[in-house]
Amino acid sequence: MAALVQAKLDAAMARLDGRPLPAGAKWARDAREGALSRLRAQGLPGRRDEYWKFTNPQTLVQPEAPQAAVFVNEEPPLFDGIDRLKVVFRDGVLDRVASDALALEHLEITTLAEATATDIHWARDLYGVLEERGQTPVDRPLAALNTALAEDGIVIRASGAAPKPVSLIYLHESESSDAMLHHVIRVEKGAVLTILENGPAAARFTKVMEVDVADGGRFHHVRAQGRDHERRAATHLFARLGAESVFKSFTLTVNGMMTRNEQVVELTGDRATAHIAGAAVGDGEFHQDDTVFVTHDAQDCESRQVFKKVLRNGAAGVFQGKILVKPDAQRTDGYQISQALLLDDDSQFYAKPELEIYADDVQCSHGSTCGAIDEELLFYLRARGVPRSEAQDMLVLAFLAEAFDEIEDDRLTVALSERLTGWLARRRD
Amino acid sequence: MLEIKNLHVKLEEEDKQILKGVDLALEPGKVHAIMGPNGSGKSTLSYVLAGRDGYEVTEGSITLGGEDILEMEPEERAAAGLFLAFQYPVEIPGVGNMTFLRTALNAQRKARGEAEMSSADFLKLIREKAKELEIDADMLKRPVNVGFSGGEKKRNEILQMAVLEPRMCVLDETDSGLDVDAMKLVANGVNALRDAGRSFLVITHYQRLLNHIEPDVVHIMSEGRIIKTGGPELALEVEEHGYADLKAEVA
Ligand SMILES: Nc1ncnc2c1ncn2[C@@H]1O[C@H](COP(=O)(O)OP(=O)(O)OP(=O)(O)O)[C@@H](O)[C@H]1O
Ligand SMILES: [Mg+2]
Repeated sequence: MAALVQAKLDAAMARLDGRPLPAGAKWARDAREGALSRLRAQGLPGRRDEYWKFTNPQTLVQPEAPQAAVFVNEEPPLFDGIDRLKVVFRDGVLDRVASDALALEHLEITTLAEATATDIHWARDLYGVLEERGQTPVDRPLAALNTALAEDGIVIRASGAAPKPVSLIYLHESESSDAMLHHVIRVEKGAVLTILENGPAAARFTKVMEVDVADGGRFHHVRAQGRDHERRAATHLFARLGAESVFKSFTLTVNGMMTRNEQVVELTGDRATAHIAGAAVGDGEFHQDDTVFVTHDAQDCESRQVFKKVLRNGAAGVFQGKILVKPDAQRTDGYQISQALLLDDDSQFYAKPELEIYADDVQCSHGSTCGAIDEELLFYLRARGVPRSEAQDMLVLAFLAEAFDEIEDDRLTVALSERLTGWLARRRD
Repeated sequence: MLEIKNLHVKLEEEDKQILKGVDLALEPGKVHAIMGPNGSGKSTLSYVLAGRDGYEVTEGSITLGGEDILEMEPEERAAAGLFLAFQYPVEIPGVGNMTFLRTALNAQRKARGEAEMSSADFLKLIREKAKELEIDADMLKRPVNVGFSGGEKKRNEILQMAVLEPRMCVLDETDSGLDVDAMKLVANGVNALRDAGRSFLVITHYQRLLNHIEPDVVHIMSEGRIIKTGGPELALEVEEHGYADLKAEVA
C-alpha cells in the first residue's frame, strides 16, 4: 500500500520536475501554492485508484507527453458560418493574430496570464477555488496539477446576454506538445453565455474550466473533441450553479487514443438546472472516459446526464456518473442514462452509475445499457433500399440523437450532426 | 414479373422446414392474393422475397423480371423494384420519416444509375401522396412509426410504396388492424398504383380487402405449400367454410 502511495507521489514530483510555479500576483501565487500542496498530498492518479479503474492514467501522468502525429484535416473549420468570437490556441499557446479582438458586448474577456498578473482581479474568487471544491469527496490530481502550472487560458465575465458565442479553437501543430490551459468563467446574474470548444489541442492536453453561474444566469457549453487519432486529453469542468440558473454542456468526442472528461457540477441555488451530455464515436485505438459528478445541494433542482457511445474495432468507452443528493436538497429531479452501441465484439463499454441520496423527497433515475445494432431495424431500412453501411450510420446517428438533443442552439446541433454524418460517411467509402 | 419455383426454405438456426415447395408465377399488371391459416408460411415467403437473414433456401428459385434475386442483398432487391409492406412495421426512434424516405428513394435511384431527387421535388411528392392517404404533416415529421397507431403504421407502409413506386409490391396483412375507412384509404392507395407494369402479391386473412383490391388470382397456402389456386371466388369460399375443407381436399 505504502509503495503504491509513494509511486503516486513520485509521479507527481516527476511531472513537476522542479518546474517553478508561474509568476503572478500574490493571490495567483497563493492559489497555485494551494493547488501544489493538494497535489503533493494526493499524488498523481495510479492504476490501482478506484476512480481510474477503467482508464489507465499512465500516459496522462507520465512526465513527457507521448508523441502524437498531427492529423491533416481537409474539412472546413467546425462552426464555420456561425457568427462567433474566435480565440485560437496553438499547442496551448494563445495566438493573438489568428484570434479575434478579445472584446464583445456584455463580456469582459482577458487571458489568464493577464488576469493572474493583476493584483486585484475578480478571477481570484474562482481560480482554483471551484477546482478545490471539486476535490471532495474524490481526488482529481490532474486538475490540481493544472491549477498549479497552467500559465494561460481565457478569463471571461458575462454581465448580460452575450451577442454571440465565444469559440475556443485548439490547434495541434507539434507532435510532442504538452499543453495546459485553465479557463475561468463567471456568468453574472441573469447573464447568458455560450462557449464553444473544438480541436485536438496538442499531443497531450490537460485542461481545467471553472464556471460560476450566478442566480438566473445561463451557461451553454458545446465542445467537439476531434480528430487527431493519437492525441490524449484530460479535461475537467467544474461548475457551481446559483438559484434558477441553467447549465448545459454537450461534448462530442471523435478519435483520440485517450480522453478523460471529468465534469463536476454543484447545484447550490434552488431551482437550478444542469444538463450534461456526451456523444462519443470511437473506432480502433480509442479510449474515452466520461466521469461526471453532480451534487444537489439546493431544493427543486433538476439534473440530467445523457451519455452515448458508439464503439467499434476494439474501441473502449467508460462512463462513471454520480448523482449526490444532500439532505436538504428536497424535490430533486435527477436523471442519468449511459448507453453504448457496440458495433462488434471487440469493443468494450464500462459503466459505473451511482446514486447517493440523503434527502427523502427526491426523484432520481438512472440506467445503463450496452447493445448491438438492432438487426430488425437494419433490415427494415435495407428493405427500403438503404445500403447496409448507410443504414447502420442512420441507426448510429439515431442512437446518438438523445445526447444531441441536449444542445440548446439548433444551429450548433446541425453543425455538429452534419459534421458527424460526414465523418461516418467518409469511413464508409 | 415474379416467378417462384419449387421454393424450399428452412430456418438457418434450427432444423425446421417452413416452405416446402412453393410455386407461383405472377405476370405484370396482375394482382395475386395469398390466404392461409396462421403459421402456414405466408410471412416467411414475404421475408424470403425481401431477403431477410435467418432463412436458408434449400431448393428452388426466385426471379424478378427474369433476374435471380436470391443472391441479392435486400437493398439491391429494393432497387430492382421489390417492395414489402411489413406485417409488423418497426418503430425507428431518432430517424425522421421524411429523412428516411428520402434517403431510401435516393439510394434506390443511385443504385439504378438515376439522378437523385431534389429536396423540393421530394417534398412535393411526399405531400401529395400523404394527402391521398390522409397522413398529416405532423406524422411525416415524427420518427419512423414511433407512436403511430397500428393503422397509421400500415398507412405509412403504403405511403412508402407510393413514393418508391416499386414494380413488385408484396403486402403482408396490410389490412389487419385497419378500421373500415382506413381500409378504403389503403385500398385506394393500392388501386391508384395499379398499372400494366406493376404486380401485387397481397397476403390477407380477410375476403373484405379483396372486395376493394380485386385479385386476378387467389392462392391458398397451407403448411408451407400452395394447396389450391383459383379465381376471386376462392376467397369467398374460404370466408364461408374456413380452411378445413380445402385441406381435406388435398390430403
Ligand atoms: N425466425 C423464426 N423462428 C422460429 N420459427 C419461425 C421463425 N419464422 C417463422 N417461424 C415459424 O414458421 C411458421 C410460419 O410462420 P409465418 O410467420 O410465415 O406464418 P404466417 O403464415 O405468416 O402466419 P400468420 O397468418 O399468423 O401471420 C410458423 O410456425 C412460425 O412459428
Ligand atoms: Mg404472417
